[in-house]
Amino acid sequence: MDHFKGTDDYVISPELRDSVNVSISLGRPLVVKGEPGTGKTLLAHAIARGLDKKLFIWNIKSTTKAQEGLYVYDTVKRLNDARFGDQDVSDISQYIKLGKLGEAFASKEQVVLIIDEIDKAELEFPNDLLNELDEMSFYIPETGETITAEHRPIVIITSNSEKELPDPFLRRCVFHYIEFPDQDLMEEIVRVHFPSLETKVLREALKKFYWVRRFDMLRKKPSTSELIDWLQALQIGGIPSKKITKELPFLGTLLKKKEDIDLVQNSGDTPHYSYTTSKRSRRVY
Amino acid sequence: MFINFFLNLKAKGVPVTLHEWLMLHRALAANLSDCSLTRFYHIARSILVKNEIHFDRYDVAFLDTFAGIETTDELLDRVLSCLRQTRDLQLTEEEKQELDELDLDEVLRNFERQLIEQRNDKDYSSDYGGNRHIGTSGTSTQGAWGYNPAGIRIGQGKSRNKRAVQVAERRAFKNYAGDRTLDTRQMKVALSHLRSLLPAGEGERLNVDATIDATCKNAGEIELIWETKVKKASKVILLMDVGGSMTPYSEMVERLFSAAASQISRFKHFYFHNCIYQDLRTDMDGNSTIPTLDYLKAEETDYKVIIVGDAEMAPSELTWVNGAVDYWYYNDEPGLTWLQRVRDTFPDIIWLNPLYSHRWRSIKSVRMIREIFPMFELTLEGLDEGIRFLMQGKSRLHQAG
Repeated sequence: MDHFKGTDDYVISPELRDSVNVSISLGRPLVVKGEPGTGKTLLAHAIARGLDKKLFIWNIKSTTKAQEGLYVYDTVKRLNDARFGDQDVSDISQYIKLGKLGEAFASKEQVVLIIDEIDKAELEFPNDLLNELDEMSFYIPETGETITAEHRPIVIITSNSEKELPDPFLRRCVFHYIEFPDQDLMEEIVRVHFPSLETKVLREALKKFYWVRRFDMLRKKPSTSELIDWLQALQIGGIPSKKITKELPFLGTLLKKKEDIDLVQNSGDTPHYSYTTSKRSRRVY
Repeated sequence: MFINFFLNLKAKGVPVTLHEWLMLHRALAANLSDCSLTRFYHIARSILVKNEIHFDRYDVAFLDTFAGIETTDELLDRVLSCLRQTRDLQLTEEEKQELDELDLDEVLRNFERQLIEQRNDKDYSSDYGGNRHIGTSGTSTQGAWGYNPAGIRIGQGKSRNKRAVQVAERRAFKNYAGDRTLDTRQMKVALSHLRSLLPAGEGERLNVDATIDATCKNAGEIELIWETKVKKASKVILLMDVGGSMTPYSEMVERLFSAAASQISRFKHFYFHNCIYQDLRTDMDGNSTIPTLDYLKAEETDYKVIIVGDAEMAPSELTWVNGAVDYWYYNDEPGLTWLQRVRDTFPDIIWLNPLYSHRWRSIKSVRMIREIFPMFELTLEGLDEGIRFLMQGKSRLHQAG
């Protein structure tokens, strides 16, 4: 059995690693939830790399149907081909195109499959995949064929909790909620991306970053990916650590909304308020 | 195996099923937790709990089950049994005497020798051979044995035990719990719950008739006509109590719904203070108003209406003519009449209350208002429940009481 240990460029908490290994050994999909920018999608990439397996990515959009992940029957093409009688259209299987899930099942070796942002789809979407993920097989009525996974793929499902996932679906999965990394873990994560960054600058920037995150009234809290952008900007700009403490340069890379920037800039140095009745917070609206 | 934990989880309201419980046992059978209670804590959570709002309850149940398990729990027994061999060895009188007599280096040597002997012992390998973890940790702590073997060994078991319990004790997920009154950190999640106000949209679909027509006109060259099914617009009115006892909540609620407004195609909001009378405020300060009656007459009645307020006021504000809390404000008709009018105009209507529901019974005005409106807590769970109630049209059937 494969045992995922993490990779060099993806820092993983022991809890998440355990969850991944539970999911692999039980053959159950792993549902990963958490704030945006905590590396949910990258997890699947890291697993694929760490275990040296092929990765299939199925990005979900609001219009995605469960069926598309299994297979698509291209009726229009068949209709087109049938018009002039110069092609044999009796073989339906040439018009069946497997989707990402179908490909992962049909693969000869074990693969990693990520169903990214499953909550983007409609509410019924996960339920439509219940049986397929349970049995790791599906039936194509048009050709009378059944696709069964020889090796249960390692399935990672990410969700931003825009919609709640249905209970029967969750019952069949292993669940992990990625907490926002604390300062120490974050330092480790950032180190992977910026091995050469000065420790003093990094510490100072992280301190400031967590200070900004403590504003409860922010419309969008900066996440790991924004921190990395910010550090990049600081590095390129060659900003000394003292300046970071004092004036928060390149705030625009951390905060993407004007209201948020105003809020942080006007806040001065110390006060934090969540929802107070003070005049100051009123200005935010 | 520790079925109590399962029952405890159930009792604390974590929706755990037998299916998941069996899954956990499969994971334990595969020794994924590696005899560590901390890892057991995380693994069990990943299998049993599928929503972070229940993490806190899981912590509570975990504490209940495992907090006092110094030696009684079977899991800890397993950890200890892996170590028992060495403890027995240390505690024999002979050994103790030897320990007293020997100097430190000799103790170490002695111990090492015994450990090696023990390793070769058939009994040891058959009993503990599977538990690699314990074996290695045993050897790794060897160096410290000369000082106080018993303390270190037991301490190890304990600290491992403690850590999981400490994790649970910390209750870091308290803020995610669904039954807490909404605070700003949960607003984003709460917002997503409001999305269920949106009717499910259909994508493109083939218009068969138009396709046949177009294809015929094209002399058989196939032309496909797709049509987009128009999404049914969701319409929401928010009526919000501002000022007074609602101040701590009003700004938060305002933000919650103004963000929601971008997702709901037709969204209107009005304000009132404590109770609705003949004028509806269109801004928070009450500087501009519109007549309630005209508005109720003119508005389309298929709006879903959400009223947010604590409904905590003097009963006279509901029942008296000129009972309004603002002394310069004169109302010809009592507040209850106005509330009933609003209720009669919009069949789909709910009241969200930031006060905890266990307080509702003790406040007279809340009881009175609950006779008119279906009321829900302004928490994640309450919001969910309320919106489901609204979408299923159950508020039409709401009976007094």
